[in-house]
Amino acid sequence: MIASVRLPVGVGFWPAAAMIVSVSITSTIGEVLTAAAMKSIGDLDLIRARSGVRGAIRAVLSCPLFFAGVSFLSLAFFALLFALNHLDLSFAAPASASLTLVTNAVAAKLFLHENVDRRRWLAAALVCVGVYLIAH
Amino acid sequence: MPHPRLKASQYLILLLVALSAPLGDSCLSRGMSAMPTISPAHPMALLAAVFTPWIAGGIGLLILFFACYLTALSWADLTYVLPTTAFGYVLIALLGRFWLQEHISAMRWAGILLITLGVGFVARGPSLTQNPGDSGELAGEERA
Repeated sequence: MIASVRLPVGVGFWPAAAMIVSVSITSTIGEVLTAAAMKSIGDLDLIRARSGVRGAIRAVLSCPLFFAGVSFLSLAFFALLFALNHLDLSFAAPASASLTLVTNAVAAKLFLHENVDRRRWLAAALVCVGVYLIAH
Repeated sequence: MPHPRLKASQYLILLLVALSAPLGDSCLSRGMSAMPTISPAHPMALLAAVFTPWIAGGIGLLILFFACYLTALSWADLTYVLPTTAFGYVLIALLGRFWLQEHISAMRWAGILLITLGVGFVARGPSLTQNPGDSGELAGEERA
């Protein structure tokens, strides 16, 4: 599937795949950690209603898990910046986004114990293929 | 098990999540493609890129995205929020079609259809996994 994509001259299949996989792995770790952090903090809208925006920001910033998540997300961000410098946005962003959707569904089920039912698997698969197609 | 419906303000947050991420990415792309090729041997060149206008604008949009994304994650599952981010590509493509009169190929229409179907599937289901004795809302009440 990926091999049929027009890659910019000078970037081989494996280096391109390695860039996309690095973005996906770091962003999956980051998103699972961040989601776990936000679940442990509780409903931000409720917190904001009680103690204002500052209270909500304080609640987020006092959570160590959040910083672990953000570290991995910033790694993913720089991995994406690096990839965008070598690959087209129309390939790099959807390819890493669609791969990340699937790895995230697996990770959310394994580590966050989210109820990933048939509906959500189907959605992850549909959106994954859709994101890829929309890049053309 | 009955599941809580999202409020209008929560759908607004999800819309911001969907729109700000692809707009931010587009700004980053515009900024990065104008830069000379950066080799892995000079990672500091990436830091310098952060201060160019398009990249800075892209980062601003991505900060807005992140604030909305964190808020959404505090009341919805990761596997519920993530398809929303993909729906942003649909919104951007439709904006391009009807506002900028861009051509959308059959492949892209197929992609738009699949993403919309997928997001529709997830949106009709529960937004939050409710484990017995582990209600997210209760935990929030106790903490506050």
